Amino acid sequence: MDNGTGIGARVKRKEDQRFITGKGNYTDDINLPKQTFAYFVRSPHAHAEIKSIDTSHAAKMPGVVGVFTGEHVAEDKIGGLICGWMIHSKDGSPMKAGPHPILAVGKVRYVGDHVAVVIAETRDLAKAAAAAVEVHYHVLPHVVDVADAMGHKAQIHDVAPDNRVFNWSIGDEAATDAAFKRAAHVTKIDLVNNRLIPNAMEPRAAIGSYDTGTDAYTLYTTSQNPHVARLVISAFHGLAPEHKLRVIAPDVGGGFGSKIFIYAEEVVCAWASKRIGGRPIKWTAERNESFLADAHGRDHVTHAEMATDADGRIIGFKVHTKASLGAYLSTFSSCVPTYLYATLLSGQYAIPNIYAEVDAIYTNTAPVDAYRGAGRPEATYVVERIVETAARELKMDPAEFRRKNFVTQFPHQTPVIMCYDAGDYNASLDKAMEIADYKGFAARKAEAAKHGKLRGIGLSAYIEACGIAPSAAIGSLGAGVGLWESAEVRVNPVGTVEVLTGSHSHGQGHETTFAQLVSDRLGIDFNNVSIVHGDTDKVQFGMGTYGSRSGAVGMTAISKALDKIEAKAKKIAAAVMEASVDDIEFKNGTFAVKGTDKKMAFGEVALSAYVAHKFNSAEIEPGLKESAFHDPSNFVFPAGVHIAEVEIDTDTGVTSVVNYTAVDDFGNIINPMIVEGQVHGGIVQGIGQALYEGCVYDKQSGHLLTGSYMDYQMPRAADIPNLNLGFTCTPCPSNPLGMKGCGEAGAIASPAAVMNAVTDALNVKDVAMPATPHAVWKTLQPMKKAAE
Amino acid sequence: MPAISMKVNGQAVCGDVEGRTLLVEFIRDKLGLTGTHVGCDTSQCGACVVHVNGKAVKSCTALAIAHDGADVTTVEGLAQNGKLHPMQEAFRENHGLQCGFCTPGMIMAAVDMVNRLGKNLDDDTIRHELEGNICRCTGYQNIVAAVKAGAANM
Repeated sequence: MDNGTGIGARVKRKEDQRFITGKGNYTDDINLPKQTFAYFVRSPHAHAEIKSIDTSHAAKMPGVVGVFTGEHVAEDKIGGLICGWMIHSKDGSPMKAGPHPILAVGKVRYVGDHVAVVIAETRDLAKAAAAAVEVHYHVLPHVVDVADAMGHKAQIHDVAPDNRVFNWSIGDEAATDAAFKRAAHVTKIDLVNNRLIPNAMEPRAAIGSYDTGTDAYTLYTTSQNPHVARLVISAFHGLAPEHKLRVIAPDVGGGFGSKIFIYAEEVVCAWASKRIGGRPIKWTAERNESFLADAHGRDHVTHAEMATDADGRIIGFKVHTKASLGAYLSTFSSCVPTYLYATLLSGQYAIPNIYAEVDAIYTNTAPVDAYRGAGRPEATYVVERIVETAARELKMDPAEFRRKNFVTQFPHQTPVIMCYDAGDYNASLDKAMEIADYKGFAARKAEAAKHGKLRGIGLSAYIEACGIAPSAAIGSLGAGVGLWESAEVRVNPVGTVEVLTGSHSHGQGHETTFAQLVSDRLGIDFNNVSIVHGDTDKVQFGMGTYGSRSGAVGMTAISKALDKIEAKAKKIAAAVMEASVDDIEFKNGTFAVKGTDKKMAFGEVALSAYVAHKFNSAEIEPGLKESAFHDPSNFVFPAGVHIAEVEIDTDTGVTSVVNYTAVDDFGNIINPMIVEGQVHGGIVQGIGQALYEGCVYDKQSGHLLTGSYMDYQMPRAADIPNLNLGFTCTPCPSNPLGMKGCGEAGAIASPAAVMNAVTDALNVKDVAMPATPHAVWKTLQPMKKAAE
Repeated sequence: MPAISMKVNGQAVCGDVEGRTLLVEFIRDKLGLTGTHVGCDTSQCGACVVHVNGKAVKSCTALAIAHDGADVTTVEGLAQNGKLHPMQEAFRENHGLQCGFCTPGMIMAAVDMVNRLGKNLDDDTIRHELEGNICRCTGYQNIVAAVKAGAANM
């Protein structure tokens, strides 16, 4: 319906009214009667045996309601944190998952590990008492760098004597080796994908509350997937059966993956509430706790080799990656450096032979798990850095080298599981080169040189797989859950509509885009649609929001439920208008009988459904409410080309991104305004990874050195240029809306684009991310000396 | 505990505070005005920006007791008689927010920016003036557009 609020319209967001007026409802904004406050005692050591914990002084401190340790957790038989994706090593052995108790038992394994919890009348009193908990540690050797950890004397888990969680592979090693033997040229590169700390602006928070009257728990939590949290807390922690556990994720202030996972603190708040007689327990992370104890991202060390033939075609690709998973296996950690990573190593290219091997490794650091892009940024970084390097070595224009190797026929089966369904990579490349004025670069470089600046240009032709995921397919690869989505459409008697979705919005604007779909399909006013999410007592079940899945999977579920609504409404309309259901046409919110002037508005049919006077309720049930579960048949494959241009100040080493172009193919777009916002945000997170953000643990002490915004450099407004966006469109064939996903593409594409530009400007093979002024300045010094 | 009083969003308020109580704690916990957020505890992220006597202050690093008698405006006090402040309207019009958590601080900082520098702000000025406010969602582009448009309409 063309009313300015349907599919494709730049509709202003419904959710904004509350956020711009300070009426958002985030977890820390909620206060329950008789609420207490939790503060966690955390490990100051990277690796240590716990000899004893003395809570007696803390327990006597003013206002203290309870002090609990792992012993209390064990008494109540509360299970540990789990990793829900089983990966098998090359030799067939299952991954080596060490225990991950919600409060430490026997050992701590990273600085920030949760040792004990103090619950008191106020936050300040809890914090003061936590300082009085006496923990005696026997410090053990530790290792924080993934490159050093395998076989290190610091043995982190008994089950993994060499600290290796698994040694996994994908692809045909023999065929790939054979391809390398006939190669005309082999390009080699060593890359570090720097460890990142997600830093959603809202720190994690939880309020756990046990009701003694009903023997049921309520947990308010900053979650991207409250139903998954409920399932895990129920089935694995064993806190309560699902019908006795309500999980509510109200407004959530950004996630980027870090709020997918089930963490210790949230489980402790819910569990300990019963221990203190049912008083609610609130915990809100201080920012330093976010740095220490949110799951981190990336942290790969990779060696890659690419074989090309005499004609410049890629004939083989070999990758070996060491991936840190931190000190414990977080909820989905094991799938990130495996099935979300190596399955994308074909990039946009027709590469006949690929082989990748991944060693996943424990280190004495915070757990590492999915962070915006989850595996695909790491894959894109490897592919796009080596493709750029190969082009330079072959003295081919990097754009032409890519073009020569693009996949152009669809569907395209890669050697690493994925089957690309649709795309036009040349179209994105052409458009990006045009917007970026690729041809004019040489002149801009010359002009920059006049001002003492080194200018470089870099491309990144990324592809990613999102809209996760076909349940049976991922089940065969080790996933413990299915990744379908649910929707329920409730039509009220007055014709307004509520949609209950298993997706969760924490910035994505679902209240707006989902309502656009409903308004478009039912022909009703956009303002007469409301979207309900984030409460397990309202929405029956859902898998939540991550992996850019809420459009392709979540909206398709809504679309299926709308199909059922339409079908039933047609039956009702036919009965009321005394016509055959086959003669009912539904268009622009009106049900009409073909060839007559009989018609009913959507609202009239809705009312008829509930009044139920004018149809035989033995044949048609009263009411108008339908639900659907949608399990996708394939991943979706957004792809595009990003082009970064940087200038480097040779005196200071400061790199400025002076031009950034992104052309993305997301298939059909519901709300271009929101999609552009997602792209902006993703790109800037990627620029952050390339130039600013790097998580650093001190080798000697194992302490996190980048534990505040003074040490961990977040991109700020002045660091970033205006971004130039363009779009191409090949509709996705695997869902009726033709949608792909847009939430992660920016963060997937941009690090490689920026680093290709930086290395182009410096005329070097590699600079490790983040390319800070110091790192760039150091790279420049030998060149300056040589020039002298 | 000492008692303090101040004017918040035009209304006289009072309450008992400890010496260590932060202004943001007084605003959020005592007054229930939860639009002002705490994002970092160290005055780096700007989610807690309020106006004190007409000037932007990071309320996570200010003591409540030091603001006895102050005139404070929070994001809840910007809209007048049900009509949004032009800066609020501009954030919505320009999609200057996603998760909304940094937004109250951004809007309060932006209004302060216009109060200090006037209505005609160029992109560079806005970007540099926002150095004390971090957003993780938007990549800043639409925030810059919002501040520019909001400034022009103030």
